[in-house]
Amino acid sequence: MIAIIDYGVGNLFSLKSSFAAIGEEAVVTSDENVMNRADRILLPGVGAFGDAAAKLRSTGMDRAVIEQASKGKPLLGVCVGMQLLFDMDFEYGEHPGLGLIPGEVRDIGEVIDPSLKKPQIGWNALKFVRRGDGEYSRLFRYIHEGDHMYFVHSYAAAKCDPFVTSTVEYSADLVASVERDNVYGTQFHPEKSGPAGLAILKAFCEL
Amino acid sequence: MITKRIIPCLDVRNGRVVKGVNFEGLHDVDSPVELAKYYSDNGADELVFYDITASAEDRQLFTDILCQVAEKIFIPLTVGGGINTVDDFDRVLKCGADKVSVNSGAIRNPDLIYEAAKRYGDQCVVLSADVKRVDDEFRVFAKGGRVDTGMEAISWIRRCVDMGAGEIVLNSIDTDGVKKGFDLEMLEAVSNAVSVPVIASGGAGCIEDFVTLFKTLPKVDAGLAASIFHFGEVSIRELKERLAEEGIPMRII
Repeated sequence: MIAIIDYGVGNLFSLKSSFAAIGEEAVVTSDENVMNRADRILLPGVGAFGDAAAKLRSTGMDRAVIEQASKGKPLLGVCVGMQLLFDMDFEYGEHPGLGLIPGEVRDIGEVIDPSLKKPQIGWNALKFVRRGDGEYSRLFRYIHEGDHMYFVHSYAAAKCDPFVTSTVEYSADLVASVERDNVYGTQFHPEKSGPAGLAILKAFCEL
Repeated sequence: MITKRIIPCLDVRNGRVVKGVNFEGLHDVDSPVELAKYYSDNGADELVFYDITASAEDRQLFTDILCQVAEKIFIPLTVGGGINTVDDFDRVLKCGADKVSVNSGAIRNPDLIYEAAKRYGDQCVVLSADVKRVDDEFRVFAKGGRVDTGMEAISWIRRCVDMGAGEIVLNSIDTDGVKKGFDLEMLEAVSNAVSVPVIASGGAGCIEDFVTLFKTLPKVDAGLAASIFHFGEVSIRELKERLAEEGIPMRII
């Protein structure tokens, strides 16, 4: 069973539906006990980082997620959920993240060419990056390099090179996914990326 | 490289798609769920749903439909029509919408854009602008293109982007329904004025109109159309293959 963490913002409905579409049971929950019983944790989703981080903290779920992740439970952060995995974010002020992966989240205008359109909205092709052990991320076992995923973001991960598992070209390279042991993150929305996105979720369910 | 997007738009009233369609193999041609699945399976990059019903009862029906679509379709959904408050954002986002498009609601209360962007992020807020030439300027229209607001369009759109609109759907009233091509002049003016993605709407009549759009205006990110897709005049697959031949980045499935 997958626990989709509900912290009061975002599109959890599509995530739940996409797990149903691949035959996996998922529950949307803000209950720590439910999360502790789950085999896997999914941290969504949509929204502004500041709101998300504050809500996660106010419910105490930040501490609970960190605890579960440090016990080795597979955790997948999606979009803002991925951004929350890092130490720091700068959307509408400075907000501390969960600190599960060393790195920062920055306005894409700062990280890359300031003349780029913001947000990056749309489909972009993944370029795989080998992990430290020379392998590609296990999340990619059912997809191919060059498959398109759906992105919607004004902010992107930075200063996290050792943990990057894929990038997309947006005039320069942007971080598309990260991984550190049992903690995974995708800047793109697998639940909105058609069959290729569902294949990512399937791979996550098999970790 | 990010692809250009092809976006069919569905007008829904009383839970049904307003303009009927005529596709082979599609039994219930007015069903938003069936039509959405058809487009999704055939390569649409995104879907836009406009709720053109008025009563609260029909609103409920619309959100039910939206949930049914979002249960089956795993591509982005943008929803518009009757969005006046942050609660309206909440209502449709909870049903699986990814982006919410505002038009008259933002004209009445521009703070709506700021409030929604602050709560859900800029990327969630789409400004839909209905624009028409009046007295040698581009003018913003409200209420489905019926009311001249007197506001100059470029400064209005800029203001909305400053407040947090993350994407612009520019619908040219002058070319809408004419099927002689997109309004390149208006699109150029808007895409030069803002740094967020611009979606062209209004005027697509054939495949070559999309080729002209993306070749002439590389800054435009997506093309939106309704009737040419609904009536089967243009198939999305065929359109995307033709655009790819022209060197325009496309997601082909």
